[in-house]
Amino acid sequence: MTAKRLQLPGWLDRIRPLAAVLLLVAPLYAVGMIYYAGSPRTTDVGYSPRQPVEYSHLLHAGELGLDCRFCHTTVETAAFVAVPSTAVCMNCHARIAPESEKLLAVQKSFSSGDPIRWVKVHDLPDYVYFDHRAHVGRGVGCVSCHGRVDTMEQVMQVERLSMAWCLECHRNPEPHLRPKQFITTMDWISNEPPAVLGRRLRQQNNIQPSTDCSTCHR
Amino acid sequence: MTTLALMHDDNTANDPQRRAPLVIGPQTDETVTDSVCRVTEEVRTPRAWFVALVVSAALTAVFFGTIGYLITTGIGVLGNNRPVMWAFPIVNFVFWIGIGHAGTLISAILFLFRQQWRTAINRSAEAMTIFAVICALIFPGIHMGRIWVAYWMAPYPNQMALWPNFRSPLMWDVFAVNTYFLVSAMFWYLGMIPDLATLRDRATSRLRHSIYGLLALGWNGSARQWQVYERAYLLLAALATPLVVSVHSVVSTDFAVAQLPGWHTTIFPPYFVAGAIFSGFAMVVTLMVPARAYFGLKHLVTLRHLDNVNKIMLATSCIVAYSYAIELFIAWYSGHSHERFVHLNRAFGPYAWTYWLMVACNVLLPQLFWLKRCRTTPWIMFLIALAVNVGMWLERFVIIVVSLSRDYLPANWAMYYPTLIDVLMLLGSFGLFFTLFLLFCRYLPMVAIWEVKHVLPREEVNHGRTRA
Repeated sequence: MTAKRLQLPGWLDRIRPLAAVLLLVAPLYAVGMIYYAGSPRTTDVGYSPRQPVEYSHLLHAGELGLDCRFCHTTVETAAFVAVPSTAVCMNCHARIAPESEKLLAVQKSFSSGDPIRWVKVHDLPDYVYFDHRAHVGRGVGCVSCHGRVDTMEQVMQVERLSMAWCLECHRNPEPHLRPKQFITTMDWISNEPPAVLGRRLRQQNNIQPSTDCSTCHR
Repeated sequence: MTTLALMHDDNTANDPQRRAPLVIGPQTDETVTDSVCRVTEEVRTPRAWFVALVVSAALTAVFFGTIGYLITTGIGVLGNNRPVMWAFPIVNFVFWIGIGHAGTLISAILFLFRQQWRTAINRSAEAMTIFAVICALIFPGIHMGRIWVAYWMAPYPNQMALWPNFRSPLMWDVFAVNTYFLVSAMFWYLGMIPDLATLRDRATSRLRHSIYGLLALGWNGSARQWQVYERAYLLLAALATPLVVSVHSVVSTDFAVAQLPGWHTTIFPPYFVAGAIFSGFAMVVTLMVPARAYFGLKHLVTLRHLDNVNKIMLATSCIVAYSYAIELFIAWYSGHSHERFVHLNRAFGPYAWTYWLMVACNVLLPQLFWLKRCRTTPWIMFLIALAVNVGMWLERFVIIVVSLSRDYLPANWAMYYPTLIDVLMLLGSFGLFFTLFLLFCRYLPMVAIWEVKHVLPREEVNHGRTRA
């Protein structure tokens, strides 16, 4: 019994009531922080990788008013949207500003035949089978998922692209429907109240989005 | 303080004139404290203990090794395959959860019923419970295949906008078993605080004093602390009591809710609970018979305690036997051809040996406990308890594997054979269990010192009441 005693400092006793608060608050704080930190809103929104070519959507889609489908040709007919080949660029740039420094990589790709390695921005997990044709064909505009690409110098992810986000629309698609002629119009605003229009379009096109697991996970 | 000296070492006699003592020999508060604390204070490592620890630690390494192999390779390393998709992992899970039921029954229900003989065995039974539940919790986890998404079982707001399926008994299982683990662990620790303080006060080295001191949470044994403490203990006992019946009932609904013949019966919840208590007490005997002899605790964990435990085993064995009989009766009485087939297949099908071995171990052998000689002879009860452990494991095998292997469509039938990994995992889980138990024996107070002191035979008159 002559052992040297472990002596805890006195202030531990004084802060003891705080322990109860800590025990209650700490788990809530941890859960909140993990939820916030792990949320796609934090991890994915705002993703804007540097592309191999300084291509400006703001210039092409915004100021010049090119239709999305001019380059992304397969959007209405295929699950996957075509990223334009170098040849598509050269259709115009053979004559327009062919000497521009920004186009060096494009010229090089064109002459060598090696494709430009664009970085995919809106990248869904491999176990998700997203079909552009199914969405665009039913009147979901580009802007609903990709945001105002016509204002972006460098493309940035603006939506969460999380499962909850997909389900929000699959459960209630009406606010996101538009007439097909405005599919690619970035700044389109409905003349009718969106709810009325959405309901009408839904009935017209018989839109019944499924929320079965196998709809997206095959 | 004086105590009654006893003439002989047998306290199993039932003399209506006087209550049988729960300790043997002239015991005082000091001798009780001494004999329990000595086990942890022995400087020299006990040799047999060390050998046992090495063996079980090696098996534990095998356990985690096979788990690592399973996770990195995939669920195909197990023998589970159509139609037996639930095999060893779930059998082991139900087996270990069942083992865990004795602890809470002893500590909570017997406490509420003022069964004073619980005091000498409750600590180790609770420890056994916790270690068994740890083993049990591992199996459904690794059985999922994708253990890295185990947190999906928790209901938390998530970016998938998905909740666990609250209508599934498998989900109730997650809550029931985790609640059970938490409450048992709290109860165990709370009960240990005064004894940890005793170890702290007896410590002769700074390390021991610091560790037990921290664990004892500043216990000083004042009357005020005792008053608050005993109230908390009673409240936790009351909280833990429903868990004794709820957990295995919920586990049984995993099967009863399914529509498989052999699973889909209403008798399952009480049948499972009785079986769980049966197997739990068998494990108590399996552990306590060697432990009390090896660590010199025969005077505290007396033959009378073991006699009582064996009586409970006998009673639950009879309930289990009755359940087996009722299952057969209902299979016949229902007139349901598949229900009949399942039971004929159990008894006379390709797995018939498991069924008859189960009946022998769970129904026939425990009948020896009608004889007092068998209830009070350590080696006999040890062998019977071992047989019951085997039998109760086989019971889960019969229910799960044999029912699944031959269901409605003969085209689906297939035999199940465990792989080496299956067997190693089962052995490994025993390794983990015994490792934890051996460490507990050596480093924590194995017997609830403060509770045993309550039941020492005292001569003097206390507050006008005579205690004997």
